[in-house]
Amino acid sequence: MDQAFLDNSLWRNIYCVLAGDSAQCASREYSSGLLPGGMEWLAFLIAAAAIIGLFVNGVLGGVIVLIWGERRLFGRFQSRTGPNRWGPFGMLTSVADAIKTMFKEDLVPAEADRILFNLAPVLIAAPALLVFSVIPFGIGTYVADLNIGVLFIMAVTSLTTLSVLTAAWSSANRIAILSALRSIALLISYEIPMALALVGIIMLAGSMSLGDIIAAQNVPFIIVQPLAFFVFFLAAMAEMARAPFDLTEAESELAAGYLNDYASMKFGIFFLAEFMAEISTSAIVTTLFLSGWRGFDPIPSHFWFGAKLIAVLFVIIWFRMTLPRLRVDQVLKFAWKGLFELTLINIVVTAILIAIWPQPTTSQLWMMAAINWPIAIISIWGVSKLLGTSSYDKPQPDADNPEYPVGSEEIPAASVYKAESTSQAQASNEGGD
Amino acid sequence: MAIKTQPVTVNLGPQHPSTHGVFRMRVMFDGEEIVDVEPIFGYLHRGSEKLAEERTYTQIVTLTDRMDYVSSMLNNQAYILAVEKLAGIEPSPRGVWLRMIASELQRIASHLVATGFLLQDLGALGTPLIYAMRERENILDLFEMICGARITNSYLRPGGVFMDAPEEFWPALERGLDDIVSTIDELEEYLSGNEIVFSRTKGTAVLSPELLINASITGPMLRASGVDWDLRHRAPYDYYGRITFERKLHTASDNYARYWVRVQEARESVKIIRQCIEQIEPGPVRPSFDDVPRLLRPPAGDAYAAIEGSKGELGFYLVSDGGISPYRMHVRASSLINLTLLRDMLIGGQFGDLFVTFGSVDLNMGEVDR
Repeated sequence: MDQAFLDNSLWRNIYCVLAGDSAQCASREYSSGLLPGGMEWLAFLIAAAAIIGLFVNGVLGGVIVLIWGERRLFGRFQSRTGPNRWGPFGMLTSVADAIKTMFKEDLVPAEADRILFNLAPVLIAAPALLVFSVIPFGIGTYVADLNIGVLFIMAVTSLTTLSVLTAAWSSANRIAILSALRSIALLISYEIPMALALVGIIMLAGSMSLGDIIAAQNVPFIIVQPLAFFVFFLAAMAEMARAPFDLTEAESELAAGYLNDYASMKFGIFFLAEFMAEISTSAIVTTLFLSGWRGFDPIPSHFWFGAKLIAVLFVIIWFRMTLPRLRVDQVLKFAWKGLFELTLINIVVTAILIAIWPQPTTSQLWMMAAINWPIAIISIWGVSKLLGTSSYDKPQPDADNPEYPVGSEEIPAASVYKAESTSQAQASNEGGD
Repeated sequence: MAIKTQPVTVNLGPQHPSTHGVFRMRVMFDGEEIVDVEPIFGYLHRGSEKLAEERTYTQIVTLTDRMDYVSSMLNNQAYILAVEKLAGIEPSPRGVWLRMIASELQRIASHLVATGFLLQDLGALGTPLIYAMRERENILDLFEMICGARITNSYLRPGGVFMDAPEEFWPALERGLDDIVSTIDELEEYLSGNEIVFSRTKGTAVLSPELLINASITGPMLRASGVDWDLRHRAPYDYYGRITFERKLHTASDNYARYWVRVQEARESVKIIRQCIEQIEPGPVRPSFDDVPRLLRPPAGDAYAAIEGSKGELGFYLVSDGGISPYRMHVRASSLINLTLLRDMLIGGQFGDLFVTFGSVDLNMGEVDR
């Protein structure tokens, strides 16, 4: 067993209970294990299966709670109650929905490519779950602390688009294909600012490992890197196609786009993956910008992580609830002409600051924040001036002096037309002809 | 190497969440750009005009409710004006004031629905819509007080209305008007300054005033292009001659201008209702049944009366052969006529704007298909 695995409390606790006799566990004062000596490989497998089960079910449970919470919040935002019938505060509504979804008829369109059509839900659920494997949920609570964690996240989240394309193409539906094309346009445009926004953080932390990034956040990076946070948050919203960038689903235009032909649990998996992406995005933002699980004692680290996660989720739901959708060309313009410039400004400024303070201490981080905030505000203001829509040149016309007056004379009050009789009206018609 | 592309034809509707009912469009896309649009309607045709030939003049009021079901009172008013013209009925003053109040309330409700659904089409997930609908509920509550019905009111009768408003209606109306003003303020604060709303609606689906006039488009769509045409001002019916109000115009003639004109008109309607409350006088709400019998037999002839509906000029043309039901009824449905420029508005535009433009016409399928 590798030492790195044993730093991970999740792994250690399961593995060492099973194989306490092994050398590494004995040195950590575990009593003798449940399994006889020489069965470390079995302990390893059981630990792995247990952790996979724990994470998958934990995430799915989180999704169920999130769906309920989002609906309740929707209700509050829209001055109504939201689900409140099934279970306490309507908490079982999502469970009822899940059961209903499972028992629906599983339709496959006649012209669909069956293999790809069935593969697409798997393709979307797998990357959504994979992201959670590198996120530390608390001290020592992670599946793996990859030394390229940030890169892994970027790679895995972009796989979602492949699944959207697969789903759209295999269902042989033109509306779905339009939605997939939009999805790819979004991916190509927003992957770049999203990755570049993280460059500043990687420079500050000096590592791509999420554990190291959290360790470097003596001051949360949202304070040190406001511009990076701004860009990353918006790009992440676009990546998971949430409002105001929900072009791929676009209920009012494409009527759910690539999901058009999916029914039953296949649709359910897409639905779950969407919410999983929401949780994973919040978790990434929490880890990279809100100092992850760090907080004050004696409140445990998991609580801090959860509280920050919920705060980010709330902001995402708030966005979704209040903002209308942007048009495709506006979304792409925003990425290339707005966010891309902002990330470049951020990289240059951060590089200069890193050159001045190569190993920033806490006070130096505060100094960086003091320099970064005015730059962020000025550059965001400048970009909004560049990209914003100018108001009308002409003010509203005066009704008493209109631009296109119709009939300057008074119209006779008897414009309410009344002919003397039908026969006369017919006669005049014939005369006209 | 240039990639060979070809336009894609997509069928949108009649079962589509944003078609405001059952409308169907066969749209040809080149990428995101709209190349061709073929509107197909008639899915909600109920033959109202034919049904009217079998009903008495009072019974037809219920048919008009169901034409444009978000502005029933206005339909009632247009129809009743035509009947009064045809039969030469002198309406009672209190009845006229009451129906003016009712129809202006209905205009506010209709404009609120139009604004709410415009935002829904823009992709806001229901929040602005529900804010608008919440205020419409209050208006429907007021309708419930004066006639017992909320949507299919059938409140108007030849010569006035069928019952007087109860005592508690007047304080409720005052409160309701204050609420409406604050809701419109709230909506405007959230929407008019919203960068996304503005950038989505500014400069999209621009129509020239000449084209609008030639296509006989009326209502907020025409006024959004700067043409000063409002039947309440141009050809005052009922007592609109005794009312002063501003005609709100905009020159841009795009989706934003249409939205803006509707919101401002809702404000003006509040002012009109306040003036009506000041000028209303006690008296009977309709002529006695000796003067206007329940079973009207207008003399043979025909009459056309039009009002400024919430969507444009709403006119009823009635032909009588002296019997108890009209020989022919025809409706100048403003929704249908406003829809005729759909191709000019959509072609060359973006797919994302399709339903926004469609919604900015503010059409009602019940009125289009009748």
